[in-house]
Amino acid sequence: MSAGVGVELDNVWIRFGNFIAVREANVNIAGGEFFSFLGPSGCGKTTILRAVSGFLEPSDGNVRIGGRDMAGIGPNQRPTALIFQNLALFPLMKVWENIAFSMEVRGVASAERRKRAEELLELIALPGQGDKMVSELSGGQRQRVAIARALCAQPDVLLLDEPLSALDLKLRQHMRTELRSIQKQVGITFIYITHDQGEALTMSDNVAVMRAGVIDQIADGQTIYDDPSTSFVASFVGENNMFRGTVKKLTKDAAVVATDAGELDARIASSVKGELKSGDDAMVFIRPEAFGVAEAGARGKGRIKAMVENEEFEGQSYHVFLNGPGDTHIKMSLVNTGRTSGSAVGDNLTIAYDTKQAVVLPAGELASE
Amino acid sequence: MAKFFERNGGLLGTYLLVMVGFWVIVLIILPQLSMLDFSFRYNLPPAQVGTDADVWNISNYHFLLFGAEGNPESYNVVDMSVFLKTLVAALFVTLFDLALCYPLAYYLAQSVSGGFGRVLVLLLIIPYWVNEILRAFAFRIIFGSSGIINATLIGTGIIDEPIDFIRADVALYAGLGYAYILLMIFPIYNAIESLDRNQIEAARDMGAPWWRIHWRVVIPFAKPGITSGCTMVFMLTAGALAAPQILGGPSSLWFTQIIYQWFNTGGNWPRGSAYAVVLLLTCIVFVLAMMRLFKIKMGEIGK
Repeated sequence: MSAGVGVELDNVWIRFGNFIAVREANVNIAGGEFFSFLGPSGCGKTTILRAVSGFLEPSDGNVRIGGRDMAGIGPNQRPTALIFQNLALFPLMKVWENIAFSMEVRGVASAERRKRAEELLELIALPGQGDKMVSELSGGQRQRVAIARALCAQPDVLLLDEPLSALDLKLRQHMRTELRSIQKQVGITFIYITHDQGEALTMSDNVAVMRAGVIDQIADGQTIYDDPSTSFVASFVGENNMFRGTVKKLTKDAAVVATDAGELDARIASSVKGELKSGDDAMVFIRPEAFGVAEAGARGKGRIKAMVENEEFEGQSYHVFLNGPGDTHIKMSLVNTGRTSGSAVGDNLTIAYDTKQAVVLPAGELASE
Repeated sequence: MAKFFERNGGLLGTYLLVMVGFWVIVLIILPQLSMLDFSFRYNLPPAQVGTDADVWNISNYHFLLFGAEGNPESYNVVDMSVFLKTLVAALFVTLFDLALCYPLAYYLAQSVSGGFGRVLVLLLIIPYWVNEILRAFAFRIIFGSSGIINATLIGTGIIDEPIDFIRADVALYAGLGYAYILLMIFPIYNAIESLDRNQIEAARDMGAPWWRIHWRVVIPFAKPGITSGCTMVFMLTAGALAAPQILGGPSSLWFTQIIYQWFNTGGNWPRGSAYAVVLLLTCIVFVLAMMRLFKIKMGEIGK
């Protein structure tokens, strides 16, 4: 397998008539990286993938693979292999013929193709299944055959278009680990498209979060989660409590925002440091797991008084739904430590959060539920 | 059976059964059986039908193979050569239709979308609202010595004298080829339409040129449709009567025309029946052999 080859999108615009599907995308994917495009459906992430694979040309800007401009080079000439959302395995060919199709195209002799297919079947943990028909395999097995088929083409870049979306939860989680380990083994660049933030965060070295054709943030998973750059990223990736208000006080790194739930202290997101001004419309985001129950009547920063409205038990955690000042709805997640949550519906609690875990961003678009 | 009536109700259930029975027995089995019966009888005057002289025999089949008593040739040269020519010509027309219809069907199924596609389909169908015989006459006019083709060729100075398309059988093959085009296009269209576009893109992504995509992905997928279309076109072309009658040149004869002559002018129904039975059985055997060759199961065609 060839070592990692980088992919660059340089000011890429893609338009369909008057509709702008992708707007000014600038992405730099390093060789050997597992890179994800994360976003809701219709945000343009599949369009970007098709531009990289060559099924469509950008209206403006350049796609470069390994430093080479790809303009005018068709999908059958690019060093990429695409795994389709529905896999698109050939139903009338045997498993090994599917896997070795790219070699058949290159005119490799049958015996050699067969040998290579067996090696790849070994890699995807389906040894000796080459003579089966695709229809005889289970969903997860088909998934792996699609990966083997793409790898057989010896691409420099593997493109994956939500390939796990059709699998059930358990299998999906299993395949995440498997994909990641296959990527480590073959060492080529993976570009992964998904709307599932769990997939993006667990597998990727870096994630690009997209909204309506625009890339909002490119960073590693932890940064995306802990230090989102826009209100959209904060609301789309993971769960978040949002409090809207105006900036009241500012220091270099932190701000106090006057919201319906009272004055909240929070850290200023790195992306807007120095830009946020007093009096700005702002949003404070606090993760459910950043909350904890404080001693009754405790005072200080990061305290909210609220009444328990409802409780949900989800195995590893309790979700407590609270009604705070100004009729704000707050979700608090407490780790299940074997004891009960210690509160009951109707209780009045003081909940506390670490002000470093609360993020202030300028008010903006939120991910729709 | 009780379940069938439970599901459909007594009245509708009975109606369904009677109609299916009528179709199978009256429309399929009985006519074929009576043809078969006819073909093994002498051509007797009405008074002798049912008498001792009216016995089963193979004289009609013998006639097709060896001709009349005292035939100087060792077999019936005229009828047998027409028979073979009909089969070969029908095969040729089938292949021609396939070559014409596969790209059309592929284009309709995979490349055009929405309104334009429906207009194209309509354009395909509308000519078939015209009667088959009228269409054959239209071809005769188009290919005639003063028809539009000759007029164009002479007008542009390509030829000086009109070409006799009728005598050269060009008109006949064009007419036959056109007659059953829809039966070729639609089965292939249906098959290709259900092909997942991503499979074509996947093959392209893996470097396959267009011809390999068709050879390895589209054609195998469309095979049941192709077989179904070829079977129908072959059967119907071999059994066509109107087009050969109207468009055939003076020297050309279609096997169905011989059958027609035995029934009509010849007044020999038993012999006509024998000829028809031979044509039908040969066509069936031929089609089955082809299906065997291309590894297609009967069930796939019925889809």
